[in-house]
Amino acid sequence: MVDKVLTANRLADGIAVWLDAGGEWTTSLQDALVARHAEAVSALEDIGKKAYADNKVVDVNVVEVQETEGILWPLRLRERIRAQGPTMVYAKGYAPADPEFIAV
Amino acid sequence: MYRYDEFDHAFVAERVAQFRDQVERRLSGELSEDAFKPLRLMNGVYLQLHAYMLRIAIPYGTLNSKQMRMLAHVARTYDRGYGHFTTRQNLQFNWPKLSDMSDVLAELASVEMHAIQTSGNCIRNVTADHFAGAAADEVADPRPYAEILRQWSSVHPEFSFLPRKFKIAVTGAERDRAAIQVHDIGLHLKKNDKGEIGFAVYVGGGQGRTPMVAKLIREFLPEEDLLSYTTAVMRVYNLHGRRDNKYKARIKILVHETGAEELARQVEVEFAQLRDTELKLPEADVAAISAYFAPPALAERAEGWESLARWKKADPDFARWVQQNVQPHKNPDYGMVTISLKPIGGIPGDATDSQMDAVADIAEEYALDEIRVSHEQNLILPHVALADLEPVYRALVAHGLATANAGLITDIIACPGLDYCALANARSIPVAQEISSRFGSPERQEEIGELKIKISGCINACGHHHVGHIGLLGVEKKGAELYQITLGGSGDEHTSIGEIIGRGFEPNKVTDAIETIVDTYLGLRLDKAETFLAAYRRVGPQPFKDALYGGSTAEAA
Repeated sequence: MVDKVLTANRLADGIAVWLDAGGEWTTSLQDALVARHAEAVSALEDIGKKAYADNKVVDVNVVEVQETEGILWPLRLRERIRAQGPTMVYAKGYAPADPEFIAV
Repeated sequence: MYRYDEFDHAFVAERVAQFRDQVERRLSGELSEDAFKPLRLMNGVYLQLHAYMLRIAIPYGTLNSKQMRMLAHVARTYDRGYGHFTTRQNLQFNWPKLSDMSDVLAELASVEMHAIQTSGNCIRNVTADHFAGAAADEVADPRPYAEILRQWSSVHPEFSFLPRKFKIAVTGAERDRAAIQVHDIGLHLKKNDKGEIGFAVYVGGGQGRTPMVAKLIREFLPEEDLLSYTTAVMRVYNLHGRRDNKYKARIKILVHETGAEELARQVEVEFAQLRDTELKLPEADVAAISAYFAPPALAERAEGWESLARWKKADPDFARWVQQNVQPHKNPDYGMVTISLKPIGGIPGDATDSQMDAVADIAEEYALDEIRVSHEQNLILPHVALADLEPVYRALVAHGLATANAGLITDIIACPGLDYCALANARSIPVAQEISSRFGSPERQEEIGELKIKISGCINACGHHHVGHIGLLGVEKKGAELYQITLGGSGDEHTSIGEIIGRGFEPNKVTDAIETIVDTYLGLRLDKAETFLAAYRRVGPQPFKDALYGGSTAEAA
């Protein structure tokens, strides 16, 4: 089974977040709790539904990741960009995504 | 430009207060996302990949310095120090917090701006020729009519829940700079044999997954019938437009399925009921609105001719900028200046807070306080004396705003694409940046001449790729980005939809493919006066297919 993490956007500011092992929403994909079997994925989905219903987050999704040497890497480009932000220099003081992380 | 009256101020203020209450109830959990989403969309608030996005209406792309400074202030205070000017003459902020949104809207309301009807299935921001009121080739200023349509369509109870979104564009010149034939309704202001003002009415144009060129359904609609006829079109669409399938819900599909002739007949039936009602435009009302857009009193500045010649001789970069970015004005002592938001290798349409402030300062000092946003994602100073072009240029250079590329290959339209957009399948901005860098040399651009590249990151076509001389559509194939190339599109008075040239290209091969297309054009054009589009229309796709794919088949990806 492909590993999965739970992601969403925070209600108050819309920033992309991932669920960590402590049950908190973190802005770093690398801190996300990884579900490695069907029961764990199901648990993530339940947590996501509850967080949505509790108005903590919006646009909740379980997304596929691959773990290589301790680095979580979403399989879809869309999710890699969500994790690291725009891929070009776009604003003073904000780093663009790492090209190596974004590359297929 | 139009100024809010008491009613407008009260209406926008009430709307801000209403949305503040809705946001507070959402943040407290009283309102669910399902209940809140349509409310936020009515106020221009989207949720994108990384954050919320706020789309602010700039009616027919016209704004003054005070408003531009407010946009800079919002960028600095509530966002990440920049904004993105769009192909619908609007501005988008990519990072505002929901919890700040009501404050942002209140600040905007203080300078007569809002975000109402920048989303949803309603009549969106009415767009117009960005040179309106200044262009030498204009029959009449389209902005009064765009403003009349804006007032009529704002929270219009009958047209707030249409089958799908609805876009109207108005142009006042034979040369169509507003792309009216790819709008739901396109209005071409013209005069009849008696010298009376009226409109040629086009209906059913659009891009997206089913691109269509609009059909002319009225050769000449008298000015007084603008609202009654438009209402008639809307009623036919509202009644018969498809609500069963989102992808077939735009009026272009209705026009296509019904036939333009039959649709025109249905519109005429409705129109006959409406034309002598309160919708008939009284002359006094047209005059009152037109007064807001009266041509500015332009002082005689004949000294500019001599100065301009001298400055151009002394500075080739300035001369190139004048050649490319300054267009003839109605008044020969003046010019219309395009401020390129396409720096070489930069992000099309983006401007920082300090650049917005700089444009506001320049407009106030040299351009009668008027600024426009073009659908090609540039800014315009419509009234600049030739005698002031040199100081304007120096001020623009100081802020990285003097790229001399209006209408050239690096003046690329690109949607936000997968770097921001929740709907996108592929990135647009990095592709535009790489093409811009490859062709960035001024001499090379000048040699190539007019060439419009337009890039969309998904089939919704916000980057207008269907009407690019060269269009690029990003798709996702087997988990990777791929770019389809279309050739021969155009969004002017001879609108055409580009043809897919063959199979798509991986991101690292797109710029090479563009270069092959450009080199092919340079090799076959009759002379330098034959533009890329003219050459393509003369020779068709085959030479370009041969150059791109050789003997291999070029089936579309």
